[in-house]
Order: sequence, then C-alpha cells, then structure tokens
Amino acid sequence: MKEKQSLLSVRALQRRPDFTLDVDFESNSALTALFGPSGSGKTSILNLIAGVQRPARGRIVVAGNVLTDTEAGIFIPMHRRRVGVVFQDAQLFPHLTVQQNIKFGQWFTRTHDQGLPLEVIVEVLGIGSLMKRRPATLSGGERHRVALARALLSSPRILLMDEPLAALDDARRSEIMSLIERIRDELAVPIVYVTHNVEEVRRLALRVVRINAGRVVSTGTAAEVLGS
Amino acid sequence: MFGFSPDAWMAIELSLRVATVGTLVGLPVALLAAYALARWRFPGKIILDGFLHLPLVLPPVVTGYFLLLAFGKQGVLGKGIYDLFGITFSFRWTGAALACGVMGFPLMLRAIRLSFEAIDRRLETAAGTLGANPYWTFLLVTLPLALPGVLVGAILCFAKALGEFGATITFVSNIPGETQTIPSAIYTFTQVPGGESEALRLSCVSIVIAMVALILSEVLNRRIQRRIAVFE
Repeated sequence: MKEKQSLLSVRALQRRPDFTLDVDFESNSALTALFGPSGSGKTSILNLIAGVQRPARGRIVVAGNVLTDTEAGIFIPMHRRRVGVVFQDAQLFPHLTVQQNIKFGQWFTRTHDQGLPLEVIVEVLGIGSLMKRRPATLSGGERHRVALARALLSSPRILLMDEPLAALDDARRSEIMSLIERIRDELAVPIVYVTHNVEEVRRLALRVVRINAGRVVSTGTAAEVLGS
Repeated sequence: MFGFSPDAWMAIELSLRVATVGTLVGLPVALLAAYALARWRFPGKIILDGFLHLPLVLPPVVTGYFLLLAFGKQGVLGKGIYDLFGITFSFRWTGAALACGVMGFPLMLRAIRLSFEAIDRRLETAAGTLGANPYWTFLLVTLPLALPGVLVGAILCFAKALGEFGATITFVSNIPGETQTIPSAIYTFTQVPGGESEALRLSCVSIVIAMVALILSEVLNRRIQRRIAVFE
C-alpha cells in the first residue's frame, strides 16, 4: 500500500507493566536521531519500525509503505519489511565469513532492485581485505563496518542504527562516524540513528527526536533540540 | 575372523545397523521436539517434556513392555504402521531399532534442546531483518549454530542404542541374526558353558565401538567449533 507522505512516520502505543511507550513523530531527513537517556524507549521504537515488536496501537509508514497499522490490521513480518538494522553489538553470524555475512541479506532481496552495488559498499566501508575472515577474528571497528555493509546490501528502504558507536574507543568512533556521514550524504538510504551521545547528535543528525520516559519531548534540528 | 563365531559377527553387524537406524530416524523427531520445547509456549508443554524423558527414568523393561503393547502385531500403532507401510516390529530387527531409538531419544533431545537454548536469539532477529523467513533462519542460522549439540546428541543416542538391553529383549526377544544385539549376545554367551571368552571378546568390541564414536564426535565437534568460533 503506497501513499504520499513523509519518509518516516511513527505513531505507536505500547504498554508494559513498568513502562509505557507513547510516541508520534515524522521525519523527512536523511538522518534522524532518536536521542534520549538509557531506558527512554529509543530501542523499542527501532524494534517497532523493524517489526521485531508489535505495538498495542499504532501506525508505522516508511517511504510510503505502511508496515504496521493496528487499526487496519496490517503487520508486515520483519523479513518482508526491507528494513536494515545495524545492531549495537553488530550481531554478525559467527559461523559465516565476512563475505557470506554481507551477502546474506542480498540473497533474500535479490528480486528487488539492488540499489547499491557490492563493490561500492565494500569500497566505501573499506572491508575488501576482510572478506575471507570470520567475525571472531575481527576488531570491534571492523565488525561494525561489516554489520553496516550487511545491512546496506539487503537493499533496505531505511537503515536503523542502534547506538552503533557505544562499544567503540574514540579512534574507532570517529572512523565509523565519518563512514556514517558518507552513507548519509552519498548512498540515499534514510537513516534512523539511536543514541544518548550529544556529540554524535551534533555531528550526524539532520533532525533530532528527543525521547524521554517513553514520550517525544521535542523535535527539530540538533541546535533547536539541544540548544547551542 | 578375529576368532569370532558367526553369531557374534551377526550381533556386531546387527547392533551397528540397529543403533544407526534408531538414531537417524529419531534425529528429525528430536530436532522438532527440541525446537518446540526450547522456543514455543503451548499448553501441556510440561507433560510432553516429561513424557519424552520417560524412557530415561523408567525401568527399560517397562519401556519394552509398553512398546510391545503399542507396536506389537495387535498393538494400535503396530497394526496401523503395518497397514500403512508394511513394516512390522515384533521379533524383527526393526523392532530392536525402535526400542534402541526410543531409549536413546531423551539423551539426544536433551543435548539438542540445550544447544537451541544457548543460541543468541538476536542472531535470529538479525537474519529476519535481512529478509530471511523463519524457515530460512532456522536452516541458515539456528541449525548450523546448534550443530555441535546436535552431533553430541546423536552420538549419545547411538552409544545408548548400542548398549540397550532391557527394552530390546522385552520387546523383540533375543533371536540370533534378527534381534540379538551385542548386549543380548553377551548375555547369552555368559549363560552357556564355555561362552566366557566369546563374551569377553564381544565386550571388548563394545568398548572399541563406543570409544571410536566418542573420539569421532570430539574431533567433529572441534572442527565445527573452530569454524564457528564464538565471540569473545
């Protein structure tokens, strides 16, 4: 079901015994940051967009595709959403080589247009020399680059990143941040980026959705939301 | 050869066949049951879990007797399977394979279930977000990661099946060449005058087969582990 509206539109209500998530926001930016403290519900929002979780009530639309609409009884299963997720701890398949890992999603989406050729992604992320290796032999930064490549190669409509820099040291953070900037500016895949780090928001985000205790507190540019 | 009597050779060949068939036929069932117990919630799960583990705790003779009631010529299941597939169990080697498979099943189930439970579910979620439906996720992620446990389970089941005595002899008796496995043959040799040396030789064969199976599983397991090499 296609419709003309914003790149990303999320309206969701989810109740758990100790926590209620009730959010409503839209974004048209190449990189939207979900910014807020730990436990504020940022990762839950990613899970709702990816289809890992189902909201009690809500409607989620990505690039005109209705992925979830509880009133209309729509819930597209996660393997048909074409939502690329970069997990906080990479979640590479330990039994596959780097090459097999990054081609995993490509194979399942082979009937769709392959927007981004393998060579370009491998070149941008600088992982050409790692292809034959197994995830256990990679450094933290290398793992994140491979995870990024894997998500990008599944020809996603949107890329979800869950604190991708949290586990890295400063040198690696800066390296991956440059790569995320390149993906944002060159590869034309909108990104939703979860973080609690002010520096990352200032550097990467074109639009910020500030979350606290399961609610949207404010939205705007980094300067508007964070103050200057 | 090696001074074994024809009966002893038949027992060795039969034991290997019975244990292999019992394990291989039980394996898909064990995979399904282990996956259900590890992942699904359904009413009566505790009862199913207990039922599947019964052969581990019941006296083998009791299991054999129930197999006789259920899978004998007049048994409900035995009659049905004969009508459908033309397979009979009573006093046949197929019955011995069934008894050995049933007795080894809980060990296999347990090992496979534990390995399913040890898998990081987030890897399955990752596969899902990359476009793999649940079946592909199972085949490409869950099963390969559980492979060491599956292998250990199969070897345990095989070893248990080789040594099974009580249920087999109760269900399908002790017929040389048809249902006389190594343990039954050893038992028979110890009951006749002058059979001790044959019993001892067969016992040594049991030890060798068991050791080979264990070493094989260890070697395979290491090779798989090296390939999978878990994250630090």
